[in-house]
Amino acid sequence: MWEYAPAPESRDIANLKPSYKMFVDGKFVEGTGEPLKTINPGTEEVLAEVSTASESDVDTAVKAARKAYDRVWSKMPGSERAKYIYRIARQIQERGRELAVLESLDNGKPIKESRDVDVPTAASHFFYHAGWADKLGYAGYGPDPKPLGVAGQVIPWNFPLLMAAWKIAPALACGNTVVLKPAETTPLTALVLAEIIQQCDLPPGVVNIIPGAGDVGAALVGHADVDKVAFTGSTDVGKIIQGQLAGTSKKLTLELGGKAANIVFDDAPLDQAVEGIVNGIFFNQGHVCCAGSRLLVQESIAEELIEKLHARVSTLRVGDPLDKNTDVGAINSREQLTKIQELTAAGEAEGATRWTSSCPLPDKGFYFAPTVFSGVSQAMRIAREEIFGPVLSVLTFRTPEEAVAKANNTPYGLSAGVWTEKGSRILWMAQRMRAGVVWSNTFNRFDPTAPFGGYQESGFGREGGRTGLEAYLDV
Amino acid sequence: MAAPTTLPSALADAVRDESSLRRFLHGLPGVDQVGVEQRAAGLGTRSIKKAAKLHAIDLAISMVDLTTLEGADTHGKVRSLAAKAKRPDPERPDVPKVAAVCVYPDMVKTAADDLVGTGINVASVATAFPSGRSTMDIKLADTRFAVEQGASEVDMVIDRGAFLSGRYGQVFEEIVKIKEACGDAHLKVILETGELVTYDNVRRASWLALLAGGDFIKTSTGKVQPAATLPVTHVMLQAVRDWKQQTGELRGVKPAGGIRTTKDAIKYLVAVHEVAGREWLDPNLFRFGASTLLNDLLMQRRTQLDGHYSGPDYVTVD
Repeated sequence: MWEYAPAPESRDIANLKPSYKMFVDGKFVEGTGEPLKTINPGTEEVLAEVSTASESDVDTAVKAARKAYDRVWSKMPGSERAKYIYRIARQIQERGRELAVLESLDNGKPIKESRDVDVPTAASHFFYHAGWADKLGYAGYGPDPKPLGVAGQVIPWNFPLLMAAWKIAPALACGNTVVLKPAETTPLTALVLAEIIQQCDLPPGVVNIIPGAGDVGAALVGHADVDKVAFTGSTDVGKIIQGQLAGTSKKLTLELGGKAANIVFDDAPLDQAVEGIVNGIFFNQGHVCCAGSRLLVQESIAEELIEKLHARVSTLRVGDPLDKNTDVGAINSREQLTKIQELTAAGEAEGATRWTSSCPLPDKGFYFAPTVFSGVSQAMRIAREEIFGPVLSVLTFRTPEEAVAKANNTPYGLSAGVWTEKGSRILWMAQRMRAGVVWSNTFNRFDPTAPFGGYQESGFGREGGRTGLEAYLDV
Repeated sequence: MAAPTTLPSALADAVRDESSLRRFLHGLPGVDQVGVEQRAAGLGTRSIKKAAKLHAIDLAISMVDLTTLEGADTHGKVRSLAAKAKRPDPERPDVPKVAAVCVYPDMVKTAADDLVGTGINVASVATAFPSGRSTMDIKLADTRFAVEQGASEVDMVIDRGAFLSGRYGQVFEEIVKIKEACGDAHLKVILETGELVTYDNVRRASWLALLAGGDFIKTSTGKVQPAATLPVTHVMLQAVRDWKQQTGELRGVKPAGGIRTTKDAIKYLVAVHEVAGREWLDPNLFRFGASTLLNDLLMQRRTQLDGHYSGPDYVTVD
């Protein structure tokens, strides 16, 4: 028997400090909110204490951002802004290992993902947008498009550093200043990004990072001097924000939940489709708003595909997020684990057939074994509600029309996947899918040049690409 | 066309006649190039350390088909290779012996004489290796000669010209006949994937060889670039896995050419482990066609056991 020996990345690389402060006006300062303790979901141990913002700290941060906007950043030529943004990108690469280990500690995602996806993609977002900073006149928004002002940004816990990059990079490139609130459970990498921003000598106040819970986010998006709000998170909170902003002149983009359909036709490249399904739902423990959580498979190959899928999912290695051979890490919080358990119990109660990998799970920490439900119908909760965990619901279809109808039959519309060797069918499907991103013969691929965003309850506005600049320009 | 083994009905139908065979091969699911390459690269990042690495090194040594296939081969060269096969690291008798020595047919007797009683197989290339461009009679004679000389394994090449022009029946017949000529010798079917080019072709050729009775499917002759690659090996491992699923039979895979380092070999073993399954981590079902790989495995083995790197002068060059 050949068992892989443990291959853990050293946690010392993370340079973990006992306490972290918020970053306002170019300095690390204590917040006046109640400090929070962030834990390692892989072991449940406390990692560090993090100071949080109170309402008055939010005001201080927004004022700093306004001052930096008025006095420096909005007046600086794009070619100069670009230099700062390039510098941030290079520093992210320079400190890539540190960021990757810290991200895995704080979030629970496997090190191979933080190392190979989160950190490099975060750097590439800064690189890409740095290139736009002095070319905005050629982006299709007129000869000299203007920034909006101060951007209030609230990001989720599933890709803490990467989401910060998605938000900050285009805002800075377009000439806005930023106040960003990282998620309560994952504030650490955003604060290391703040260190990087400080090292890169960005003028004080251009980027401010204020940790805290939902109340801090609410105070930020509700602040009278914020011109632009960007939120990534749950649909419920997105709706509250949209209500809160109604009647104000603030520009808003929302990137919310999803219940994506991954559609496999009978002529698909089956082995790669299996890989794509696995990547679609088990990447980042399924904590992905665009996760392919509904597998729609053509009935004629359903049995064969599910058999292959079970065999493949059985090989997934669940465990220590810092082990380089871990495929599925820890669920981010006990709260999220409880939600996943509740929804999977509902799946069983409503009559779906549950299959769960027999992989061993660690004794401590928040873990959930990869699970596949077959015999799922559209009426079940596991087909309608976003589970945000390593749980796949398998449905079947008979014709392309039925596949489209079922795929679109959701209040969400963030992403979709189409697997077929027939090019014409890919295009036919893509035209009919109500989803912001349609992947074909792949899934969960992210690139700063490609716009990302949703339909309906998955939100509005695009991030990335030329289209994504619109959210940060006065057009 | 005659199916060599008792096949389940779906597969027996596939080899009923030329057009059935074509329909079957063209009906296999396609292989997405981007997807298979991405998967191979992803699995290539597995980190194999300590006891797992030592185990992998010993396993890899026991899977080596130690090969010399040069125009310049002599009996002396083959004898020294046979000596290396028996005792890869003379100072460390606990090193496992290799699986086989692989030579041209005229060198088989030399190798076989030296390896009597060692349990090491003698593999011979045959069928107008490496191009396969000759008549069937000559290919059969080549095979019979190798077996008479003492080869217990035959590495044949398929007619890539026939395959690429769609004459699958001809390729099938050739394999069936060579298999007959092999008698008890094990047959490895070299697909020469560097000339088949697409992964779809690799999958079809793999199934064709399995249907015709090949005991092993082998990537390359080593004479064409690219030789073995990880994604090609993934596709072939999927074929033997699916073959077992449908027939219950275990068939083997042999990547050959271009695998020179322990690091590479371990990536292949990870693929065997996670694509085909644990059962294939066995010299009877997976081989490396290689020559320089063995010494790197020996050096890395010493490094693992001694705690330091010793250098290439501490392993024998044969």
